[in-house]
Amino acid sequence: MNILVCVKQVPGTNQVEVDPETGVLKRDNVESKLNPYDLFALEMAFQLAAETDGAVKTLSMGPPQARAALEETLWMGASEGVLLSDRKFGGADVVATAAALELGARQMMPFDVIFCGKQTTDGDTAQVGPELAERLGIEHAANVAEIVKVEDGALTVVVDLDDAKQTLRIKTPCLLTVEKDANVPRLPSYKRKKAMTEDQIRVLSCADLPDADESKLGLKGSLTRVEKIFPPEKNELNERISGTPQDAASRLYALLRGRKLV
Amino acid sequence: MYNKVTAEDVKILREMIASDRVLEPGKFSVDYARDELGSITHMPEVLVRAMSTAEVAFVMRYANEHKIPVVVRGAGTGLVGGSVALYGGIMLELVGMNKILELDEDNLTVTVQPGVRLMELSAFVEKRGYFYPPDPGEKSASIGGNISTNAGGMRAVKYGVTRDFVRALTVVLPTGEVVQFGGKVVKNSTGYAMKDLMIGSEGTLGVITEAILKVLPLPRVSVSLLVPFPSMEAAIETVPVLVRGKTALTAIEFMERETILFAEEFLGKKFPDSKAPAYLLLTADGNDRAVVDAELGRVADLCIECGAIDALIVDTDERKQPVWSARGAFLEGIKASTTEMDECDVVVPRNRVADFVRYTHEVAAQLGVRIPSFGHAGDGNLHVYICRDDLPQHKWESVLAEAFRLLYDRAREMNGLVSGEHGIGYAKKRYMEETYGETQLRVMRGIKAAFDPNNILNPGKIV
Repeated sequence: MNILVCVKQVPGTNQVEVDPETGVLKRDNVESKLNPYDLFALEMAFQLAAETDGAVKTLSMGPPQARAALEETLWMGASEGVLLSDRKFGGADVVATAAALELGARQMMPFDVIFCGKQTTDGDTAQVGPELAERLGIEHAANVAEIVKVEDGALTVVVDLDDAKQTLRIKTPCLLTVEKDANVPRLPSYKRKKAMTEDQIRVLSCADLPDADESKLGLKGSLTRVEKIFPPEKNELNERISGTPQDAASRLYALLRGRKLV
Repeated sequence: MYNKVTAEDVKILREMIASDRVLEPGKFSVDYARDELGSITHMPEVLVRAMSTAEVAFVMRYANEHKIPVVVRGAGTGLVGGSVALYGGIMLELVGMNKILELDEDNLTVTVQPGVRLMELSAFVEKRGYFYPPDPGEKSASIGGNISTNAGGMRAVKYGVTRDFVRALTVVLPTGEVVQFGGKVVKNSTGYAMKDLMIGSEGTLGVITEAILKVLPLPRVSVSLLVPFPSMEAAIETVPVLVRGKTALTAIEFMERETILFAEEFLGKKFPDSKAPAYLLLTADGNDRAVVDAELGRVADLCIECGAIDALIVDTDERKQPVWSARGAFLEGIKASTTEMDECDVVVPRNRVADFVRYTHEVAAQLGVRIPSFGHAGDGNLHVYICRDDLPQHKWESVLAEAFRLLYDRAREMNGLVSGEHGIGYAKKRYMEETYGETQLRVMRGIKAAFDPNNILNPGKIV
């Protein structure tokens, strides 16, 4: 199968701080990394590629330094990557991001499956994947935990709906967003890093995309505007467990179980 | 030779401490009869939960006057029976003394009570941009216990062990007198190294009630390589090449596939790669990612020249978590894989690690017993586990004794020592005696008598 994985470069720490006065993300001295959710999408893609004798390509949109995120996908096992990088793409919301990714994906056709992470750690919308599928006119499923069957022209997948699991048969080409912890992502390989060549990553600007309509891209093409960014209210839950040892133990077990700690 | 704890003793202790912190058997868990390995058990006659140096001093003075043995207990994670009350008496539990008292940024020290857990200490200093490097696998151990065993851990290759990070100790002597050994000073040529005598004394010389520890600025970057090898030999023979190659690594850990699979089973979580027979886990830290990457690139090249299959990059929080959580669960994983086990925490010169690991395989084959191991290849400290599996009791005892004899004899031949970081306690006394001989033991006994003339503090341990 030909597989495409969309990835994003995000701030390198899981504890991104928002300046409470200006409402701006504190990005100073914060290194960047591959969106952690994308790692599960990549791993599922590599496993599917191995099973079907296929290949994995990757696609990202971002500033020039986002090339590093694509390089990492190559160290993990992708064969080539495309970075959409242009000031005209900047400031994009969900719709404008999906519009740019659609143009990029069309440059990389054909593919049978597109994988995306469930969401990103900075934007957190979980909408770009499904929006991209809509634009490409292909079927999609979000929160995929597992691919259970591969057929010619279709996949059977298990979708995690938090309180239920749903098994779906989905026609290819399709787009799947992958649930967190769906697998244990492989680590980047130093040997692949050393063997990587410059031409494995192509950087495309707006001018390189034949059907690009600038009014649909970047800030111009965004239907939403960010009015304010503020840190979420801190809410530290503290439960005191009392009662008989049996009751307290049952309550503690239920709590740990609920959080999937046991 | 010792007096039993009487109802009168309990009454006095309750009056002087607090009635709800002086507990008689039946009022506290049988876990207080053992440590984590559990092969030696004995219940104390009374449990005292001390909350201050003054309380500890009172208990020691009282016990010394009445010839009642006292054993100090921290988090109970020891592995050599060090905190087992072999002669009953008073168990003095210090986990309630768990406050971090001060971070002195002018002197780069942190002052703690002994019951602070290692994970709490590292989280506290790291949040403030500092670093307490000693990193034993058991993060829930108390810092008092770490000091008492001179715990080492994974970063010893670059930073050293607990001893290298203790500036001063407040100690209650067995007589009840309170002294401070060392100070907030970097240099110290003032008399005998009393602080260093306390470190690693396993609660036999005095009770540590406060510690001033050294901290460093926190390195901004720490990246690891998980390096798969086609065989145990290839992995471990790479270690001297890395040492000779003047690499600046903070950790050089060795692990075999079997151990990783046990940890996976125990945690119910997969390790990122478990296909190869053996692995080295290598870490470098610093303040500049490019510099750290360049160093690790050189390290990866050396490994590949030595036959490594690849070098896998462990750089972000989400990549580190599964690797280090599995590494932290090796002991528990092996423990869960068998019915009973005992361990050998031997330390040999680093260039003999490969020979020693190979020898553990020979012993396993010779005695028909499973002996998984893992360890700190970069500092020569190995954790070797003899697993009982389905051996009947009498056979297990003889196999275990023979395995220990063979392993400690070989370590001695290699100029190694009995314990790298777990201590001697009760379980390893015999092997230490064989290694050190009568002269050294005589000196050690003399030291013990100078501190504890009535031999009431943790009797039956070390000497």
